[in-house]
Parts: sequence; C-alpha cells; structure tokens
Amino acid sequence: MSATETLVPFDDVLAAYDPALGLEVHVELSTATKMFCGCPTGFGAEPNTQVCPTCLGLPGAMPAVNRVAVESAIRIGLALNCEIAEWCRFARKNYFYPDMPKNFQTSQYDEPIAFEGFMDVEVDGETFRVEIERAHMEEDTGKSLHVGGSTGRIHGADYSLVDYNRAGIPLIEIVTKPITGMGEKAPAVARAYVQQLRELIVALGVSEARMDQGNLRADVNLSLAPKGSGVLGTRTETKNVNSFRSVERAVRYEMQRHAGILGSGGSILQETRHWHEDTGVTTSGREKSDADDYRYFPEPDLVPVAPTREWVEELRATLPENPTQKRARLQADWGFSDMEMRDTVGAGAFGLVEATVAAGCPPQAARKWWLGEMARRANDSGTDIADLGVTPLDVARVQALVDEGSLNDKLARQVFDGLLAGEGTPDEIVASRGLAIVSDEGALNAAVDEAIAANPDVADKIRDGKHAAAGALIGAVMKQMRGQADAARVRELVLEKLA
Amino acid sequence: MPEITRDEVAHLANLARIDLSDDELDHLAPQLSVILESVASISEVAGADVPPTSHPLPLTNVFREDVVRPGLSAEEALAGAPASEEQRFMVPRILGDEQ
Amino acid sequence: MSIDLTRASADEMARALAAGETTSVELTRAALDAIAAVDGLVHAYLHVDAEGALAQAAESDARRAAGTPASALDGVPVAVKDVLATTGLPTTCGSKILEGWLPPYDATVVTRLKAAGLPILGKTNMDEFAMGSSTEHSAYGPTHNPWDLERIPGGSGGGSAAAVASFQAPLALGTDTGGSIRQPGAVTGTVGVKPTYGGVSRYGLVAMANSLDQVGPVTRTVLDAALLHEIIGGHDPLDSTSVDQPLPPLVEAARQGAAGDLSGLKVGVVTELSGEGYQPGVLARFNESVELLVQAGAEVVEVSCPNFVHALATYYLVMPCEASSNLAKFDAMRYGLRVLPEGVESPSAEEVMRATRDAGFGDEVKRRIILGTYALSSGYYDAYYGTAQRVRTLISRDFEAAFEKVDVLVSPTSPTTAFKLGEKLDDPLAMYLNDLATIPANLAGVPGISVPSGLADEDGLPTGFQVLAPALADDRLYRVGAALEAALEKQWGGPLLDKAPTLEGAAR
Ligand SMILES: [Mg+2]
Ligand SMILES: [Zn+2]
Repeated sequence: MSATETLVPFDDVLAAYDPALGLEVHVELSTATKMFCGCPTGFGAEPNTQVCPTCLGLPGAMPAVNRVAVESAIRIGLALNCEIAEWCRFARKNYFYPDMPKNFQTSQYDEPIAFEGFMDVEVDGETFRVEIERAHMEEDTGKSLHVGGSTGRIHGADYSLVDYNRAGIPLIEIVTKPITGMGEKAPAVARAYVQQLRELIVALGVSEARMDQGNLRADVNLSLAPKGSGVLGTRTETKNVNSFRSVERAVRYEMQRHAGILGSGGSILQETRHWHEDTGVTTSGREKSDADDYRYFPEPDLVPVAPTREWVEELRATLPENPTQKRARLQADWGFSDMEMRDTVGAGAFGLVEATVAAGCPPQAARKWWLGEMARRANDSGTDIADLGVTPLDVARVQALVDEGSLNDKLARQVFDGLLAGEGTPDEIVASRGLAIVSDEGALNAAVDEAIAANPDVADKIRDGKHAAAGALIGAVMKQMRGQADAARVRELVLEKLA
Repeated sequence: MPEITRDEVAHLANLARIDLSDDELDHLAPQLSVILESVASISEVAGADVPPTSHPLPLTNVFREDVVRPGLSAEEALAGAPASEEQRFMVPRILGDEQ
Repeated sequence: MSIDLTRASADEMARALAAGETTSVELTRAALDAIAAVDGLVHAYLHVDAEGALAQAAESDARRAAGTPASALDGVPVAVKDVLATTGLPTTCGSKILEGWLPPYDATVVTRLKAAGLPILGKTNMDEFAMGSSTEHSAYGPTHNPWDLERIPGGSGGGSAAAVASFQAPLALGTDTGGSIRQPGAVTGTVGVKPTYGGVSRYGLVAMANSLDQVGPVTRTVLDAALLHEIIGGHDPLDSTSVDQPLPPLVEAARQGAAGDLSGLKVGVVTELSGEGYQPGVLARFNESVELLVQAGAEVVEVSCPNFVHALATYYLVMPCEASSNLAKFDAMRYGLRVLPEGVESPSAEEVMRATRDAGFGDEVKRRIILGTYALSSGYYDAYYGTAQRVRTLISRDFEAAFEKVDVLVSPTSPTTAFKLGEKLDDPLAMYLNDLATIPANLAGVPGISVPSGLADEDGLPTGFQVLAPALADDRLYRVGAALEAALEKQWGGPLLDKAPTLEGAAR
C-alpha cells in the first residue's frame, strides 16, 4: 500500500483548484427474479443454488428480460426527472473475467432507458443541482472467494472459488454529469447526493439500497482543474465505496492526493482506484488501457425495449412525492426550524426521523434521538447512521416508554446500548437489564428521607428557599436508586418535604 | 480498408484471449487480409440514411414476468466444472481487477 | 404391406406405427443397426445413444398400445445436430473445447421432440461451432458424403444430412446460419428447411450468430419436413426473439402441393442467384425444375434483387462479430476443456483461458473470432458491423419488393455439387462461396427450403433447388417443394436417393 502519497492540506487544495465530481451508483433491484432469468435473488443462499443455464452462461441458454426490472428502471428515471427512451436496446460489453459467466455483461451502451435528468441536493441549506446523464439497466456478476495468499484478497491468492448466485441480479447504473462549482463542499455534495439518491430508491420501493450489503454501490470520479480555468482535469475513479461517510472521505482524500501530484509537477493517471475503509486511503487499481476495448454491440438475443408513453405515464402515477416538496411539507408538519431540518437531512437521518414519527414518536423526540444519540454512536463506530442496527420502530418504542414514565433519558440510553449489542427488542432489554423506573412511592420516600438525613446542610439551604441546591439531593437519590427513578418526581418530593 | 498486420492479429488474439503460436500468426494475418479486402466492397453500399437491421422482424417489448422458475441444483451446475471446491467453481488465481 | 424399416419416409413409418404394422422399438433398432453397419464409413454421428433411444421407443410403444400417442410422429426416431443441448448426452458442437460436456438441460426443440415421443438416436457431426460448409472443420473428423465417400456432405450440418441420406435416421434436426441445413441437403440429395427467423425456438442452440441462426428439419421428403417442423416450431417464451404467432398449416400445405397443382402461383427466378460461378449441371437441373413448376400451372418471371450480391460480404461481417462474443464463454472456468499452459508454474486464470482457447478451438473458429474481434474493436464498429447491419436492411427491402411481385423466389441451393474432401480446406474464400445463394434468406430472416432436383451431368452428384418465401409464410415452401418433389419423382420413377450407391456393408 502506498504510504508515500503526498497529501495537500484541504484548504490549500481549494486555494489552487476547482474540484469536479462524477458519481456512478449501482443499485441492485429487489425483484423476485434476476434480470434475464427466473432464478431467485434472495441473499445468503448456499453457493450456486440460485443458478440456471442462463445466468451460468451455459452454451445455448438465452436471456429474457424481467418486466419488473424495466418498470423499476423507468420509475427511477422518472424520479430523477429523466427522459425515458422511446426505443432502446441492450448491448454486450465484452471483456473476460471469471466472475462473469458469458465473458460479456449484458448492459446498455449508447441507448440507455433513461437520460438527461437531475436531482437537487441540499448541503447546509444550499442547493446543488446534480445533472443525471443516464440511468441504464444491466446485470451483476458472480462473487469470488480468493483462497491462499496472506489476506484473502485477490492479489497473492493461489486460486479462487466462484459462486454465481449474484450473477444476473438486476442493476440500475445511475451516472451523473460532471458536477462542478462546489468548492469546499465537494465531499459533502458527494455524500448528500448518494444519501438523497438512497432515500429516493427506498421511497420508490425498488431496492433495499443498503450500502453495507452492497445493494447500493458508489464509484466516485474526481478531478481537479486549476482554479478558475473552467476545464476538466484528468479523473480517477474510486470503486465500490461502501458507506456515505466513505464517499465523503474518499472525495476528500482524492482531492488532497491529486493536489499533491499536480503540485509537484506530476500528472494524474486515468485509472481506477480502491478505497480502503480501514486506513482511509485509496490505492491504484487498474489503468485505463487497451483492455477497455469493450467491443459493444446490440445484444442479438433480445429485442428492443420501446416503452409506450401510456406505460410511462402509468408508472409516473406510481411515483412517491417529490423529495423537495416532501421535505418542505414534513418540516411544516414537524415544526422543525430551518436549522433543525438542515441538520436532520445533513446527518442522513431524514428518512429515519420520518419513519420514527410514522411509528408514533413525537417529531422533536425522534430528531433528538437520531441526531444526538444515534449520530454520536455512528460516528464513534465509523458506520452510517442507517446501518447501526437500531430501527425507527425501536426508537419510537423507547420514546413511548419514556413518555409513559417507564424510562428516563438515561435509562433510554442504556436501552440503546442493549439494542446495539443485539440483546433483543426494547421491551426485552428493559426486562433483562432491569431498567424500569421505580415508581413505588414508598421506596422513593425512603430514599429521599435518607438523602435529607445524610445532607443536613443542603436541606437547610433548600428550606431557606435556595431551590437550586435541590440538585445535589436529587443526584444522591438517583444514585441510590441506580438511576431507575423519575428525576422530576424526586424533585417534587424533595421540595415538598423541605417546604 | 486497412491491411491487417501480423502485430495487429497478435493484439486481437490477446483481446480474444487466444494464445496464437508464431506459425498461426503467420498463417492467419494474410488470410484475414484477404477476407477483409473482400468484405470491404460493402462499405459504400448503404447510405447513412438506411437504418440498421439487428433483427429480421420488428419485435419490441418482449418481457418475462417476475416469477421464480426452477433452475439447476448446485450439483447440476457444477457437474461440468473442470474443478470445484466448497460447492463453488474452482478457477486459477485471478490477476487484475474487476471492471 | 410392411414398410422398409430404414428407407421408408417418416410419414410412412408413422402410418405403419398407427396401423400396428411395426413398433417404435423395431424402427429404432433398425436405425441403430444401420448406424452400426455404415457409420464407420460415413461418420455422421458423434455420439449414439442406443440405450436411451430404445428406452424412449419402448415408452412410445406403450403409449401406442394404450391408444394415447403423443403426436403423429410418436415413435419415429430422430437424430439431433450436436449444436443443440441434450440433457445427459454429450454436446460438443464439433469442438474439442466442449469434449465430454453433458448439458444439464434440453434445448426447447429437444424438449418438444421428447414431448412428441420421438426417440433420439444420437448427436450428429458438424463443422466446429457450425462454422463451415463441408463438415471438415469438425474436431472429430469429417463426415463423408454417402453419394461418394471421398466428398464432403456439405456443412455445417453435414452429419444430419448424411445420416438421413444414408438411412441411418429418417429424420434429423439441423441449424442454418448461412445455409447449413439447405446446402448439405442439396449436396446429399435430401430435404432441408430453414424456417422463418423466430419461427422455431433457439433456446438451447449453441449460438454462432444469434441474429441469423435457426433450427430446422432435415429429412428425405418434403412432407416429413413439414411434420417435423410442426413439432419443433411455434412460440417459446425462453427465446425472446421467438415469434408469438401460430405456425401456418405446414403439413396441409405439403399435402396440397403434392397433388401437383400450382395454378395461380407466381414464382420469381432471382437473377443474381444463378449464372456465373454456378456449375452447368446444377443450372441444367435448376432450369428443368423451373419448367416443371410451369407445367404445374405456376407463372414464372425473373426478378432482380440487386443487393444480394453484397450478401456474402455482409454475412462475413455480421456473423464473426456475433460469433466472437458468443464464443467468449468457452474459457475453461465453468465447463469444458481446461488446458494449462506449458512451462508456467501456477498459471493465472487468464493464462489458462488463453492456452485453453488456443488448444480447444480449430483454425476456422480462430479465424472468425479474430475477424469479429477486429470488426467490433474500437474505431471499427460502425465501419463494419454498423455498415453490415444497414446492408441487411437493403437486402430485406429487395425481398419485400420481390414478394410484392411474386409469391416465392427460387434459385439453385448451392452453386456446385459436393467437392472433394480437403479441396477448399485452406482457402476460406472459396469455401465461403458455397453459401452464396442461401445467405440472403438468413440476413433477411425469411424461410427457405432445399429440395433435391436431380444429379449433375458432369459428376452424377445431387443438386438442390431452393425456394424462398416471405417471413411467416413457411407454408409456401412446403406447397411448392412438395409439388416439385412429386413432379420430379414421377420423372425419376422414385426418390432420388434410390439412385445413391449402396454403401459397402450397408446391406441388411
Ligand atoms: Mg456498468
Ligand atoms: Zn438463472
């Protein structure tokens, strides 16, 4: 791994260069069957049990297009404000790779099903319009296990073992045009685009779109141009960046790395690069070369896709609300300030808050838990907030327990600890960890009396009207009760007894 | 149309993943040139206004419903494999990256 | 009256089965005996499945006994070109790279044969991956023409044609990309039909050129071809290019044609498909056949299809492009041959692919892969594949214009009779010329039939008469083909194959 890269401080990069971004996102559709055959698509099956002659590329087998995959592609295109092709075809992208059974990928080339769209992305209250070049249909490859060598990685392996269960899973590849004019916000724009795109995909119901499971994979193209030059520099393409946070980090890293090379008089090699989550760096992958002569031509085993305008309009009618309008509507419903809304969106928590509110949680409480507690934990563990393993239903249930007085905030946090540790549902965790608030007035009275007796001088202050001093007694009671008391009730009791 | 050189044939063989011997290269290059020369005659035949035909009948929108169809068992899938291990196809070490 | 168990037509066999005069086991055993007796000379088969065929025959006899035959041809045995996937039967496509491969699935046409109760005798020889016009490009040795064992049986489906011509099977399946059913039919004195593109499922046909390939019947009579065509044809959802319409009534058309009346039919002789390059004896038999159509009441005119002269060049661009991509899957990873490169310790997947593809593919396959790779590679797509696809449109337009004037077009099937084995093996261009007259139909997707039209005076070898019809009008092939066959057989006093030499050891 190249530890020798010179990284230029981020601010210095911005002083000298304008960054340009391009994002290619692959979305694995959650259809029941594969793109071109009737094999099931579920995760976690035994190797090579979800295969047939077609997706194994056996001699003689032929593809047949999944109608729902085409509908999903059209709906994604419409949601991205794209035009939908009146006529388009599949093409063969020819290259040899053991993961790919036919040694060509059935994809779309110069005739994508959707093109010329846009998505407005919000970063810190500023809106960037990301122009979409195209969204096209294609198929996934199989998966290899690399055996031998030191790391289980491809390099240095003795041999590989291939499972074709994923081969032929439908993918939609969404490609942006070059995004410019972002300045220091380039990393944040990249992240926000992928986050918003995910929200859209989830709202459409066409994919689970989980980055951690590889349903949504982002390739990040980045280039730098001399500030104000208005040209595009040579780009690198960082492959398969698998979390929102990594998208942001990878852009930042590549900006700093490019600037290091350019600043020392070098030039950028057009190549693919790999993102290393653990070390936060990219390393060189494959140089663009002759091998990229993909010899595209129209797939002769399939006929053109020519969506009628009626069909397109029927599909348009099934689209969920436009995300910008939806955000405005929900901000009003929830009574969030602009700042609160911006933070919610920025943290990638908008959809989570929405789902939590939908599960019955008051909006401010939902915001508080996701942006306070969950965001902190996600940050600590370096994962995305959506991938923590705590669901909106969990958060809504915890808040309900707080609202009915069974938990206070401190106990609620312990419930979240339990959730992260996989200890079960909130109710199970409350029971197993014994976290319910003691509402037995007798026990509470005894504890308060004990605290007053143990702290006579504090009690005197309160009797003199210095109510602020009550905190010390409340603290003592809570400690005695191991936190399982309602602090507000304790305060009431203290003030009553010392009135 | 361009004459096809021996080097070019070697390059194409590389793209097509075929190890051609020197003899084969010597033999193939002139044959390919002759074939290419003879097919060059059509380069001027069809104007740009003529649409290409990729399918003799104008079919469109042939779709399959999204319904699972029985496929192969792992045993059937692997039966023809030159080598397998752990219910997977065993292939020699892979150089280079996925595209 | 009992039939000759190997020389009878499939229709006669079917009627004998229906009448209880013979059994499927008898017919199948007779075919297997014929194979044992003469295939050492002909080499029409790559694999014979005696046990499987006899088991299927016994099942057929049980259905007949129960009064529930699965189809008109239930019990009549059939041979299958080795380019079609057959569960558990070796499917090699005539290539070393697939030696020993046992498909885990059946091609749709094979599924339909089985459903109709036809015992499958075995797999027939072919040019490797159907690339050739002589069956000399088979990795397992050439097939010999039963009319003269020194000569080629045509190709790529020489095995199917020779099997039928030498009475080793009453019926066979072939595939036709540029003439591989019709040209072998012409040079072996048998009947071959290339159906309308999309009329018969390609699922399970190992593709050479997907936009040109089509499966069709190889038989000794026109009626037999119609019977077999009706069994294998029709829509298949597994082939997205398959036509979702019922077949026209083919058997009925063949029976109607055999009655001999063609009045009202307009026949066009294609100017560009005769004359220079055609052997005199081939032309003489062709002209006599045209005269017989006139006598049957047809009106004959000459029709020009000016773009047909570009068909061969167009074909040799489209086909290698598609073939080079289709054959990429043969890479030693999942099935078939795996060859390790010599002198390389711990070779990589890529090195194994290269070594295997070098060792596993023959010269003609390599030629076409390299040609297709060249024509598709960067900078050349539009000049080659794109241009060729546009010329296809012009050829289709020629057909459309011609079919506005006439009902069918006719030509000699092949410009020459069977040539000697080895004669054109290293002269690809000369070899490619064999398909001059058959290729236009593939490029336009229209159906064609080849019917035996006699023996050339020069060499006493069979010649073929080709009939072409508009897309989806396959019935016209059978009407005209059957009428011509009836008129010719009347002249000859029997089938042309009665004139074929008896193969040594073929007596039974
Ligand atoms: Mg792609
Ligand atoms: Zn499958």
